[in-house]
Amino acid sequence: MTASEQDFKNNPLGTETTLDDVTDAFEFLDDWEERYAYIIDLGKQLPAFPDEARVEENYVHGCQSQVWLIHYFDEDSGKLYLLIDSDAMIVRGLAAIILVALNGKSPRELLTTDIDELFESLDLFRHISPTRGNGLRAMVGKIRDIAAAEAA
Amino acid sequence: MTDLSVANAANKPAFDVDAVRRDFPILSQQVNGKPLVYLDNGASAQKPEAVLDAMDRYYREMHSNVHRGAHTLGDRATAAFEGARETVRSFLNAESTREIIWTRGTTEAINLVANGLAARLKPGDEILVSQMEHHANIVPWQMIAERTGAKVVPIQITPDGELDLESFTSLLNKRTRIFAITHVSNVLGTVNPVAALVEQAKSLGILTLVDGAQAVPHYQPDVQALGCDFYVFSSHKMFGPTGIGVLYGKAQLLEEMPPYQGGGEMIERVSFERTTWNTLPYKFEAGTPAIAEAVGLGAAIDYLNRLDRQAMEAAEANLLERANQLVETVPGMEIIGTAKQKVPVMSFKIAGLHPSDIGTLLDQQGIAIRTGHHCAMPLMDFYGVPGTARASFAFYNTLDEVEQLFTALQKVQRLFA
Repeated sequence: MTASEQDFKNNPLGTETTLDDVTDAFEFLDDWEERYAYIIDLGKQLPAFPDEARVEENYVHGCQSQVWLIHYFDEDSGKLYLLIDSDAMIVRGLAAIILVALNGKSPRELLTTDIDELFESLDLFRHISPTRGNGLRAMVGKIRDIAAAEAA
Repeated sequence: MTDLSVANAANKPAFDVDAVRRDFPILSQQVNGKPLVYLDNGASAQKPEAVLDAMDRYYREMHSNVHRGAHTLGDRATAAFEGARETVRSFLNAESTREIIWTRGTTEAINLVANGLAARLKPGDEILVSQMEHHANIVPWQMIAERTGAKVVPIQITPDGELDLESFTSLLNKRTRIFAITHVSNVLGTVNPVAALVEQAKSLGILTLVDGAQAVPHYQPDVQALGCDFYVFSSHKMFGPTGIGVLYGKAQLLEEMPPYQGGGEMIERVSFERTTWNTLPYKFEAGTPAIAEAVGLGAAIDYLNRLDRQAMEAAEANLLERANQLVETVPGMEIIGTAKQKVPVMSFKIAGLHPSDIGTLLDQQGIAIRTGHHCAMPLMDFYGVPGTARASFAFYNTLDEVEQLFTALQKVQRLFA
């Protein structure tokens, strides 16, 4: 693993930036332009992803954009930390929302979080619906698999 | 029949895009609160009322299985089904309906031909394709190459997206058995000079297949003038239903090819000692065919025949010209594919933006385009891009829609600034 433990723990998404922050922000966004500008901004908050980790085993297969995912399980605190990268800005922003919801939680806590419901409430469900080949759904599936393996 | 069509041609009205749009009910809807601007015709085109009506009427009034005789509905269904085959024959100017095989689409047609020709291939033989092919005109050949020891060789293209004719000529050799080329590139819009290419290949005894999937929405090909051995296309890209396509093949070659699938319809007589094949075209049509879809495709061709082709092509050229003029209004936008002969297809990239971001934010504005690799990964590799955004126009698109696309692209760019 090339990313250090600190790289994972320094990720503000899900720790400093909380789900309440995001859902509150969404309430004040009037039109699609503001909503997507906010999503794009969130994407800019994704921490740098180590170049060495852009390898096949960390690649999440989606049709259009490239998505990478790595994780670190902290035995002491029992929390799972995630880093995600994508070459598409909106996918990065949506990945940031997923991290806000799932990063730095215990695997059990993570597994009880309903991402579909969250995206539905933000009116973003279409982006993770099975009809969109952008890799986000596969990414959520992969995160849940990792959590299930750590929880076992 | 001939006299009648001449009379109709004289009475054809000038091309009226507003009238034409009223023939396509799906176009008059809102998407994400905005009027739909459908610019993904290269992926699949919309259907005129005439096609919807023909299929509806077929199921309401004449549906039965075909070629089974014995009752009136069967006769009606068979007449409609075979009538559609004749419509396709006439559309392509093929010699005989024996040369018109129904398939599920372009992809199945190419697989059928590849399998049918496999027995002719020996190790070291070459199948010539091009760098701009859709995967459907690469992978079936790779599969039979693997089986037979032949190899698939790509013709190079120029940075403009034209076929490199020197590369083509230099690659033709004694081992070349098959030449399979797209008529029109799905990504670049390039119209290849297929008649000249086919002539050159044929002079060396090479079998030729032309993938017409992206050509038939814009042109009416004449297979006898092109001289190719096979011409294939899908219905759904030329305003007909999904699930059906056409393989045109020269009768003699089709006679020599083995059947593709076994089952009902394609046999003459079956016994456990010996089974014999039905005559053309039925030899290649195992199982109950897509009858309503064939009728729908026939209706689509009839619909196109009622339009003024010249006026339609001129209108399409205007769309592309307007789009090209507006490129400079979006800083960093670059067209991929600038061949001299193009259908109205515009692949592009915008510096700093991922195609999927462009697609998502255009969709928010009611504009449908395609983003991604367009099933042409070797072509993406050539241009060094993961994918492109592609706006593909049809004759029912308007100049106003072209302008809306560019206004929307400017908005996308502002959001990322």
